[in-house]
Amino acid sequence: MGVIYIMWLRQLKKYWRSKPRMIGSLGQPLLFLVALGFGFGPIYQKAAGGSYIDFLAPGVIAMSILFTAMFTGIEVIWDRQFGFLKETLVAPVSRKDIMIGRTLGGATVSVFQGIVVFLIALLFGFRVGNPILIPAALLFMFLIALLFTAFGTAVASRLEDMQAFPLIMNFIIMPIFFLSGALFPLQGLPKGIAIAAGFDPLTYGVDGLRWALTGISHFSPWLDMGVLAVITLCAGIVGTWFFSKIQI
Amino acid sequence: MGGETIGPIISVERLTKRFGAFTAVDRISFQVEQGELFAFLGPNGAGKTTTIKMLTTLLRPTEGTLRVDGFDPAHEQNNVRKSFGIVFQDPSLDDELTAYENMEFHAVLYSLPKALRTERILHLLKFVQLADRKDSLVKTFSGGMKRRLEIARGLIHHPRLMFLDEPSLGLDPQTRNHMWEYLKKLNREEHMAVFFTTHYMEEAEKVAGRVAIIDNGKIIDTGTPAELKKKTHSSTLEQAFLSLTGHSMRDEASTGAERMRLHKRMWGR
Ligand SMILES: Nc1ncnc2c1ncn2[C@@H]1O[C@H](COP(=O)(O)OP(=O)(O)OP(=O)(O)O)[C@@H](O)[C@H]1O
Ligand SMILES: [Mg+2]
Repeated sequence: MGVIYIMWLRQLKKYWRSKPRMIGSLGQPLLFLVALGFGFGPIYQKAAGGSYIDFLAPGVIAMSILFTAMFTGIEVIWDRQFGFLKETLVAPVSRKDIMIGRTLGGATVSVFQGIVVFLIALLFGFRVGNPILIPAALLFMFLIALLFTAFGTAVASRLEDMQAFPLIMNFIIMPIFFLSGALFPLQGLPKGIAIAAGFDPLTYGVDGLRWALTGISHFSPWLDMGVLAVITLCAGIVGTWFFSKIQI
Repeated sequence: MGGETIGPIISVERLTKRFGAFTAVDRISFQVEQGELFAFLGPNGAGKTTTIKMLTTLLRPTEGTLRVDGFDPAHEQNNVRKSFGIVFQDPSLDDELTAYENMEFHAVLYSLPKALRTERILHLLKFVQLADRKDSLVKTFSGGMKRRLEIARGLIHHPRLMFLDEPSLGLDPQTRNHMWEYLKKLNREEHMAVFFTTHYMEEAEKVAGRVAIIDNGKIIDTGTPAELKKKTHSSTLEQAFLSLTGHSMRDEASTGAERMRLHKRMWGR
């Protein structure tokens, strides 16, 4: 058993054991699917033609991955406050390995959450375009998950306690979600929003996922994949750097 | 080079740590020899934990040089981390894992071979009388049980140097004696050096080969308990300690703060 594995396993165990959190975090995607899916469905149909739930579901899956991943990343702060972080930081293992294990664990959990939301979406009438592309969908889900777990860890490594959490929520996570084109098509947007969406890494995740699940996308899926991979790598490097600099 | 040096296991020279304008550790120098039982004593807020954090790579010193097992904790972190084990003053368990999982996690971090791992974990859990609770989540433990688990976890791997920051905090006298017997055995048989802090002076007097007394970030005196007693014409180390550090209580009133911290440990987390 290696360090990476045991860190990964720890994330899984903690997730599996906190059922309220697991179920609680399904509430939001469910609400989005129901309220937006059925609420905007008729208008969307008239305006763009096609089913809004088909358009919306990949966005909501990406959203649930974004939230779960950011939260597992930010858990570093809890570990610091409850003291467990010290135990890993003085151990004779490289912090890079700790970071990799943590991030893989957080990403696994987030992808799992995304799959559950995907299954729920199917119940609400979401139809997969081409089932052969499901592995590609999983790959996009995994990249989104890795990116935001690493990003959450990077942010959390620079913070002492949870006081900044509302800030992170309102000024990082929410904008990333709302500007990503998860809820609305990217065609014909006002310039400002279009630019903001272009700088939002989740945009490419949502777009790639939408392509894999429904066959429709704004950019080329290769572009989505490339941008996402590069940003994920950067987040991983920055996260590892910040994590390895933590002092207690 | 470090690792197998014959020199002192810890050597600290003019070590300083400032937090903003406040100097927590003020140009302290001392050495701990290989295989020594060394007590680091001082009132609340004296700078003991801060010093340990710097020695164990958790905090960067502001100034001064330090060596642990021949390596520099500020720059050769990975090498230093191979040389020591530590029991922290503050909680450091994962509440959402079981006792056994916490132990196993540690054993993997310190790359103990699988066979030895299971054997030692079970042995130590029995040793701190938690064997029957090994599969309970740590959040269901009492403060003292958590402390016992932390001690057991610290003993899984046998380092050349063990840091114990107030290991006795919240432990009953039986467990405390038991723990010291175990540590002394490791000290004898494996030549493991022990660097510990405690507020129980009789414990320090009984266990330590040498003592350093720190107050307000400065080392006031070092020596064997006998030497310190002789110098201050005291009959116990406690009296010697009080005459060296003065009788006034610290910014955090020492006994009151100690009681509160104990209380927090037991109930607060
Ligand atoms: N991160 C920090 N920021 C600011 N001040 C700090 C920080 N950590 C410690 N201090 C201060 O440094 C001083 C020394 O603290 P330290 O924890 O080393 O004391 P100690 O000797 O371990 O005391 P105790 O017996 O109460 O554990 C205290 O006055 C404390 O308030
Ligand atoms: Mg202390």
